[in-house]
Amino acid sequence: MEEPIIELEGLTKNYDGHPAVDQLSLTIRKGEIFGLLGPNGAGKSTSILMMLGLSEPTSGMVTVCGLNSTRNPLDVKRRVGYLPDDLGFYQQMTGLENLLYTASLNGIPKKIADERAHDLLKQVGLSDAADKKTGKYSRGMKQRLGLADVLIKDPEVIILDEPTLGIDPEGVRELLHLIKQLNEQQNITVLLSSHQLHQVQQVCDRVGIFVRGKLLAEGNLDSLAKQLFFKDSYVVSVEATPISEALIEAINQLSEVNRVEHITNTKLDIYCQSDITPVIAQKMLEHSASIYHISKKNYGLDEIYHRYFEGRESIETT
Amino acid sequence: MKLPKLSVLKEKVEPLGKVEVSPKLQEVSAFFSIVRKEFTDYILSWRIIILLAIIALTSLGSLYTAISTIKDTLSQSSDAQEIAKSSYLFLKLFTVSDGTLPPFITFVTFLGPLLGISLGFDAINSERNKGTLSRLMAQPIPRDYVLNAKFVAALLINIVLFFTLGFLVMGLGILIIGIPPSFEEFMRIIYFLILCIAYISFWLNLGILFSVQFKQAATSALSGIAVWIFFSLFYSMIINVITKGIMTSESLTSTEDYLSKQGFILNLMRLSPNYLFSESTTTLLSPSVRSLGPLTMEQTAGAVAGPLPLSQSLLLIWPQLTGLIAATLICFAISYILFMRQEIRTN
Repeated sequence: MEEPIIELEGLTKNYDGHPAVDQLSLTIRKGEIFGLLGPNGAGKSTSILMMLGLSEPTSGMVTVCGLNSTRNPLDVKRRVGYLPDDLGFYQQMTGLENLLYTASLNGIPKKIADERAHDLLKQVGLSDAADKKTGKYSRGMKQRLGLADVLIKDPEVIILDEPTLGIDPEGVRELLHLIKQLNEQQNITVLLSSHQLHQVQQVCDRVGIFVRGKLLAEGNLDSLAKQLFFKDSYVVSVEATPISEALIEAINQLSEVNRVEHITNTKLDIYCQSDITPVIAQKMLEHSASIYHISKKNYGLDEIYHRYFEGRESIETT
Repeated sequence: MKLPKLSVLKEKVEPLGKVEVSPKLQEVSAFFSIVRKEFTDYILSWRIIILLAIIALTSLGSLYTAISTIKDTLSQSSDAQEIAKSSYLFLKLFTVSDGTLPPFITFVTFLGPLLGISLGFDAINSERNKGTLSRLMAQPIPRDYVLNAKFVAALLINIVLFFTLGFLVMGLGILIIGIPPSFEEFMRIIYFLILCIAYISFWLNLGILFSVQFKQAATSALSGIAVWIFFSLFYSMIINVITKGIMTSESLTSTEDYLSKQGFILNLMRLSPNYLFSESTTTLLSPSVRSLGPLTMEQTAGAVAGPLPLSQSLLLIWPQLTGLIAATLICFAISYILFMRQEIRTN
């Protein structure tokens, strides 16, 4: 296991007495892509600002690259690239000039900055637009320029706040691919926040679900599903005839099965703790039922998310 | 394609071993990067180009009227030329007019604030609205550098503009009237230019203050212009109303009473930066001004009528100058504190 590069300990931020971030503890390891997932206003951006030392935590500790962000924001900002959600550029300057300006703020000598800026523009596919004013850039181009802007200081960690916001699907695919590539080739740790689940799902090694200032669960998709719905992690849906009482009984007898839902005459939903699709199929055959369809419902993040919020609403109303 | 690491690039560019730059030095260079960028933005923006053009045109216009007035007077008699040499004629370039156009100092009093406000009013909020502020803040620079660098860049614009204008007027004056300025006249003009810069800095800082406080550039511009119009038009009207109220012939019983009331009104006037500025410029450019308050007959009795030396003129306007600088610093301090405490995020 790699060393931790971002560590949050009991991080709390209050706005007018209301906690925006509440006792958040999180460890992100070097070289991974971590997705911070949550609805709008969950406190994702606030946490990110605290990691960069741009906002002061009410209590708790943030350590990034072994440095306390609140005390040494400048040293942290030298090592961390941040792509804000409301990204903007100086419109009267060209893409290249914008990059060079950022480089000069990081104290990178002109010659190196020039070479690196051109390399980066090539990598994000903006070589042709390098001398175009950023006021004329499309949203997707701006986002890619933003990525180049973040990378010009050669960061150890990049933090992307809603990087896929407002880009078309193809643009999102390219951007995520680029992020993945950076992570693999240069071992840059990536923290990205989003409320768009399937996008995060595509690239993240680990995901943290963040709601109302609290981290509900973290881990990879499998373990998340287990943490949130440890009982009914897998659902196997079967369509077969005939479905006899004995068959249902037999399936219920299996130790991994939690419950069986009889939906129609020919349809069953089987909630189980682990993936036992083959066992179920076998049972069916033993009871001489003919199977028309059998499938495993996989819990994507969408489902996890949706199910979590379904639960939340019922809690709120009661 | 694989991106070369920065360190590899560094070695490529500096094969003789890279010079390790200290973080402090890096910060200073970052500061001047911001100043350079802001300065470039200013001189390329239409807003500033138009204002600079207006100011340059009006100063040339007022120079023309001043020169024609002076020439007319000089051509009236041969004695006039002799008298002129000993009576600070050169300074008249900035203060006299034939009535068609106001003199140079009036233009500066009037247009200077507009320039200051237009340099400052969107310093911070435009960065915020364009989303560049959070990107800027993510770079390894202290937060106050942004504010300080913007102030320095705008101040540089002012300095360049006013010294250019001042020297241009002087040069044209020498060419056309043919009388060179004495050293004292030259120094008076230099001090006058510095005063102009301090005066505009006040308005600049007021603009910056509004730009920190108001999220919309339009709000901050309008507030700045409102303050400017208030001080250049309405303030003196309000003072006139007050004067009428308290300086009635029934209420004035003695000379002391009259003097103290007059002093009170003068102090009220001096709350306006415009008044402070016009008092100081008059003193600097008209050496015959001996006092800025009322003088009684006893005080003037026995005084030799003649111009004040530069050091005495400076002494006379010292309170005005410190007052202006203090107002500037207060505006800057408030915007500094507000900015340091503000949240960076836009929403």
